[in-house]
Amino acid sequence: MDDNYIIKLVNVEKSFGSQKILKGLNLSVVEGKTSVIVGGSGQGKSLTIKHILGLMKPTNGQVLVYDKDINGISKKELKEIRSNFGVLFQNSALFDSMTIYDNVALPLRERTKMSEAEIKDTVNEYLELMEVRGANDKYPAQISGGMKKRVGLARALVLKPKIMFFDEPTTGLDVAMSNEIYRIFFRTQAKLGYTAIIVSHDVPKIFKLADYVLLFHDGIVEDNLTPEEFQLSDKPVIRKFVETTMGRLYSSEMEDIQ
Amino acid sequence: MSLNKINLNFLTERILNFFEKIGDLFIYYLEQGGRMVIFLLYSLYASIRPPYKIAPVIKQIFVIGALSIFVIVFTGLFSGMVLGLQGHNTLKKFGAEGLLGSAVALSLIRELGPVLTALMVTGRAGSAICAEIGIMRNSEQIDALECMAIDPYKFIIAPKFIAAIISLPLLTAIFDVVGILGGYLVGVGLLGTNEGAFFNTMISDVKFADIYMGLVKSVFFGLIIAWICSSMGYFVHMARNGGFGAEGVSRVTTNAVVLSSVSVLVFDYFITSMLI
Amino acid sequence: MKRINIEVIVGVFLVVGLTALAYLSVKLGGVSLFGTDEYKVNARFANISGLTENATVEIAGVVVGKVSRINIDTDEYEAVVEMLIKPDIKLQDDTIASIRTQGIIGDKYVKLTPGASEDIIKPGGEIMETESSLVLEELVSKYMFENKK
Repeated sequence: MDDNYIIKLVNVEKSFGSQKILKGLNLSVVEGKTSVIVGGSGQGKSLTIKHILGLMKPTNGQVLVYDKDINGISKKELKEIRSNFGVLFQNSALFDSMTIYDNVALPLRERTKMSEAEIKDTVNEYLELMEVRGANDKYPAQISGGMKKRVGLARALVLKPKIMFFDEPTTGLDVAMSNEIYRIFFRTQAKLGYTAIIVSHDVPKIFKLADYVLLFHDGIVEDNLTPEEFQLSDKPVIRKFVETTMGRLYSSEMEDIQ
Repeated sequence: MSLNKINLNFLTERILNFFEKIGDLFIYYLEQGGRMVIFLLYSLYASIRPPYKIAPVIKQIFVIGALSIFVIVFTGLFSGMVLGLQGHNTLKKFGAEGLLGSAVALSLIRELGPVLTALMVTGRAGSAICAEIGIMRNSEQIDALECMAIDPYKFIIAPKFIAAIISLPLLTAIFDVVGILGGYLVGVGLLGTNEGAFFNTMISDVKFADIYMGLVKSVFFGLIIAWICSSMGYFVHMARNGGFGAEGVSRVTTNAVVLSSVSVLVFDYFITSMLI
Repeated sequence: MKRINIEVIVGVFLVVGLTALAYLSVKLGGVSLFGTDEYKVNARFANISGLTENATVEIAGVVVGKVSRINIDTDEYEAVVEMLIKPDIKLQDDTIASIRTQGIIGDKYVKLTPGASEDIIKPGGEIMETESSLVLEELVSKYMFENKK
């Protein structure tokens, strides 16, 4: 494991009223790699992403992005850090009052000084990359869930982010559609070389994408391991997670391969 | 003995719960109030800070102002007509039907115009503003904006503020003019007040101060509607008893309309008392 | 034909709204857009009780101007009434200004009675001859006390 940590969470705690969700979370993400966050529902996976994005403030602890505590810096600095981010939200979060084209064009219009012609080329290039065709003038409510994800991805990637966050990119999609999303993921990461943080329930398929797997359990990160190490880990919590999500069959298969 | 003790414990528990509830409520409303004040400051700053984009403002003027014209014309016409009817009957007792014109115009310009316009706009556009922003919040669209380093205040809220502040005075003026027409139709057309007296008393009694008062009120009401409706939508996820999902948005929208209408009437009193 | 779009509707709305606002301000509120041609004339009264700003100024029952400002002269303790008179109305310097009431309880207004002099009052000038407001209570009490004697 190399030490190029791009994101680091130090003893992050978060409570809502008397309910403590994050209980001293320590987490680090290596630059240029793909980290996958897994764990049961309600363990604070999406919440952690929101902390890294600076959408929420921890009750205690530090969130460091590029070695800067994002809760201790000015709005302007936060804006600068965020300009490295691209986010694919759980339900795509497309602006439903805008067309597909305008959705993807928005970051370019607001954040760059590109001319409308350049914007048009870029938007079409990215929509083509996502294999979204003929939907430019449609509104988000008029397209399918899978297409929304791809448009959301195009919007997130259009500014060439250095860090991409995927909040449950395949939830609610059928198998063919999720495979499609993964394929696009591989292709775009190869092209743009971004660091990826993926929250997912799609175990074990998601392990094929992962360089590191982080298991959330009871408000802390259980471990930060490679997929192979993860599946063979002796830790009872990880063992239990692997068995309940993949079944014994898969783990024995892994042993067979080895 | 032991029964008494249990009862006593039970009672203390109840009393403590009661105070806890009051404390909780107080803290919640204090926080909500603070959030809304900070929201107002951010929004005003976002509204006056460059760069200025016209297109979103035009779209919002369309939604808040232009689409409200029909409602405003109807309510204005009938308010004026009922004023003509009531005023005529009352003034007749003093043999002063001639003052009908000034009575109708002054009540419309100083009070009814700004207040009724604000209430109608709250019902028509305020609810829509709140629901729209609430849904944007709940479907993570606002988070998405922040992550793209686009300021949601500048992008979503400021156009609504500017549009409301422009639309309300214009709608109020339309309401006033249509209302005076309604009063004229009933007073002069139906009940036979002298037409010359109707307009002469109106022109000589209405002063610019009255129109100024109506104008100031309508600008403030526009601000109040935009502020309360957008801030409650913006903080829908922090609403008490859960502000999530469609039900959360609908509940918060109802609250926003009620709070905005009540605030219009309360501020009406204070603005009047300052300007009169 | 051009499709009716948002911009057109908003444009119509703005024009209609501004027209309504302008109508209210100019027609009812007495705001003049281009400045006035009317000229100022002052008159001093011992008592103007009941006269207000914007009250009408009439000659032979015809409105020829309005009261634009009412001040008090703190030396003489007299009311100084500033009137705006329409430009085509010439006032002789022996014009009499009196404060009258429309009906018994109606509004107070300024009645001008033209004189016979050949000298015209210049803009900003002053009407020398004035008649103060008639106060109903004073008249009544005067009548009563005179009767007692």
